[in-house]
Amino acid sequence: MSQPDLEGIARRAVEAAQSAGADDAEAWVEEAVTRQIRVYEAYVESLTDAGSRGFGLRVFLDGRSGYAYGTDLSDEGASALAAQARESAAVADPDEFGGLPDEFGTAEVEGLHASELAGWSTERKIELAVEIERAARAHDGVSQVEDTVYADADGSVALANSRGFCSSYEASSVWAYASVFAGEGADLMTGLGVGLGREPGELDPRAIGDEAAERALALVGARQPESRRCPVVLDAFVAASFIGFIGGMLSADAVQRGRSLFAGREGEEIASAAVRLVDDGVDPEGPDSAPFDGEGSARRRTSLIEDGRLLTFLFDARTARKGERETTASASRGSYRTPPSVGTANLLLEPGDADLEELVRRAGDGLYVTDVAGLHSGVNPVSGTFSVGATGRLIEGGELGSPAREMTIASDLVSMLKAVQAVGSASRWVPFGGSVKAAPLLIGEMAVSGA
Amino acid sequence: MIAPELADDLLGRALARGGDLAELYVEERTGLALTLDDRRVERPQSGREIGASVRVVVGDSTYFGHVDGLGEEDLRRVADSVSQAVAGERRRPAALKAAEPREAYEIAQRPEDIAAADKAQILHACDEAARAAGSEVAQVSVSYVENRRRVQVFNSDGVAAADDRTRVRLGAQVVARRDGTVETGHETRGGHAGFELVSANPEEVAEKAARKALTMLDAVDAPTGRMTVVVGNGFGGVLLHEAVGHGLEADAIHKRASVYAGKLDELVAPEFLVAYDSGAEAGEWGSDGIDDEGTPTQRTTIIENGRLTSYLYDLLRARKDGVPSTGNGRRESFRHLPIPRMTNTYFANGNATPEDLIEGTEYGLYAVSFGGGQVEPATGDFVFGLSEGYLIENGKVTKPVRGATLIGNGLEALKLIDGVAADLSIATGFCGKGGQRVPAGVGQPHVRIQSLTVGGTAA
Repeated sequence: MSQPDLEGIARRAVEAAQSAGADDAEAWVEEAVTRQIRVYEAYVESLTDAGSRGFGLRVFLDGRSGYAYGTDLSDEGASALAAQARESAAVADPDEFGGLPDEFGTAEVEGLHASELAGWSTERKIELAVEIERAARAHDGVSQVEDTVYADADGSVALANSRGFCSSYEASSVWAYASVFAGEGADLMTGLGVGLGREPGELDPRAIGDEAAERALALVGARQPESRRCPVVLDAFVAASFIGFIGGMLSADAVQRGRSLFAGREGEEIASAAVRLVDDGVDPEGPDSAPFDGEGSARRRTSLIEDGRLLTFLFDARTARKGERETTASASRGSYRTPPSVGTANLLLEPGDADLEELVRRAGDGLYVTDVAGLHSGVNPVSGTFSVGATGRLIEGGELGSPAREMTIASDLVSMLKAVQAVGSASRWVPFGGSVKAAPLLIGEMAVSGA
Repeated sequence: MIAPELADDLLGRALARGGDLAELYVEERTGLALTLDDRRVERPQSGREIGASVRVVVGDSTYFGHVDGLGEEDLRRVADSVSQAVAGERRRPAALKAAEPREAYEIAQRPEDIAAADKAQILHACDEAARAAGSEVAQVSVSYVENRRRVQVFNSDGVAAADDRTRVRLGAQVVARRDGTVETGHETRGGHAGFELVSANPEEVAEKAARKALTMLDAVDAPTGRMTVVVGNGFGGVLLHEAVGHGLEADAIHKRASVYAGKLDELVAPEFLVAYDSGAEAGEWGSDGIDDEGTPTQRTTIIENGRLTSYLYDLLRARKDGVPSTGNGRRESFRHLPIPRMTNTYFANGNATPEDLIEGTEYGLYAVSFGGGQVEPATGDFVFGLSEGYLIENGKVTKPVRGATLIGNGLEALKLIDGVAADLSIATGFCGKGGQRVPAGVGQPHVRIQSLTVGGTAA
């Protein structure tokens, strides 16, 4: 199915909603061809080749809104969807701030779709995955490569509404990871290597395999450390997880509903001067970049924290009206199954100038954390206090020392942000906690609980 | 849904170039979700998705494709396309046994027969009940979700099975505020059941959530270090789910990605301990009539008198080990491959009372409820964040604590269990694995663990 078809489907769904009596309506249509290849011991463990499509319709009626989604894109399907969405709206309470945005637009974003993807045969992609696995297994001390996965998606999105907006775009993405074990029995430790891009040629299979192996090997022999308060270096993976969580707390929706620890703190210092955080919806490399957001506002770049000061929250049309602000084009769509809600696009933690060695040297005696577990159950989203499981290595005399496990690190998010002494220079895209480009962080002090 | 003749044709096409097993999975999913937030019902959502998937297994390789809708042309195309990945001789599937539509559990009130306004009314009643619980209640959100999944499974071994699954779930989240202190409380009630489950005294769900949030306003920072932990019943069972259950899933066993590999029949826990995984508990959240490969659900004893007695199997891994599937082949939807997953996992009742366990504890933590948890099956290392917990001092429950995290190792923690009460209950959880999210029941009676590391925030 080609793009104009998607726009046509979106327009017809909007018309169906209007015929069903909606004051305003908006349709989001998605189509994607996806492939996932899982290899194990150099054979194909599973190969998935699939096409999927679906659409969601949001209607507004007497100040109320309702949403319905489905997979039957025919005209009859659109009519059924319109009736369903209208029925949903009937049980909603009126919302004085609801409704479509007042302005629409699209941004120019280069390189969302890489035509090279289509040129890759399944066989070459399998080879790529096998090469990742081989690179990981080549390291002495690796006891198992549990899982190696290559995946890609070639998709199109169209959005139309009853105010005349109608646009679409194509985007491609590829990602791969390997999960590796080093050591045996009670001493077994795990490591993950990841890579992402727009087409397979952007993936470096050796680097992904090496990373997984090296991360696991660095932890072999880990023991539970003594409890202490000390400086902590978070590697880029871990920093990305925290940054993603913080990004969620900067949603104006969370703020307006009293569910964010950052409520009422716009303009205040919430972090050390070393911290600069941006949400960029148009970064050409950004996995979540797009010309428009989930309700047709032109995507843009928004500075969130500069020199430690909180500049703004993230707004969609509804929260902007309620807060008497402008949208930051932050209406995001998980998929066609859900109506738009405020969310981050691509969070960028601006890198500093210290390499990892320098951060570790400055930490002196402390802890280098390469993995955290339980972030979403371990952080109180309202107060920001957290205690999460951690794995990594001790830092002794300014150098990486013995590996450590079965411990927690604890602080609260604002204290942690204020205690950032330096941001590392090596920033990278990490597909956890949303789409985040992060660098290592040196934190002045955290509570480490072990034995 | 589709007729057996078409299924037979599709399985034949899927095996056009051979294969050990071909399977057709057909699904229609419908659902409704209502949310009340900030006193208003907002974002009502309803949906309907229909689709099918085809898989062919050859040796250790699986080829898989799925399609939206049940158009015959589309289905034939996906079966043909999957078959092309195989390079062998055509094989005929076995004749299909007659599919018997199976409504496994009685649904007293079909949710789709209830007016949406009645569902919205429940949300308002919960909102009022939560706000009435105390003047410090600052914010309430309540959600109601219903869904129905009708599935058909056909495979080349002659399996033809169907299931009709209805689930409802009511959840409340309450924020309480006093001066600068803000705390949240959650509570949910859900099951493989109809509207009757949530229409009976729904206010109770909101009141419990409010009580948790209000109690936590008086919380002190959690202590740090090793101590005795009494884990509450119901959602406390997430500990068993994470620390043991994931390690018993046969895919992890086969890839040596589990500390329980090679430990069958070994003593892994005290001799009084018994644990089950059961997808056949009437009305429970993780129950179904069949799993997503057409195997009837069953109760599997995973620990008996302290000994590890079974892993959890789907068809693929069971075939490899030469054992029958335990009915644990589950998938999120027709867009996903089935993998071994837990259903409802729980410790059986012991003979203590919760009071016995607490009175016998000089100093420790009473972990009533968790926000969630995570485990690395390969090492058994786990982490759980407490959402409600108290100090135990001189055999009595004293102050509530905030910011506590339990960390440990599954194999070690199991051996350190020294008491089990007789108040089993099963709570509603969602389990994520391999990018797939499925409903999973977690449960237990009160359980005491002699010694566990508590990572707190207190200095």
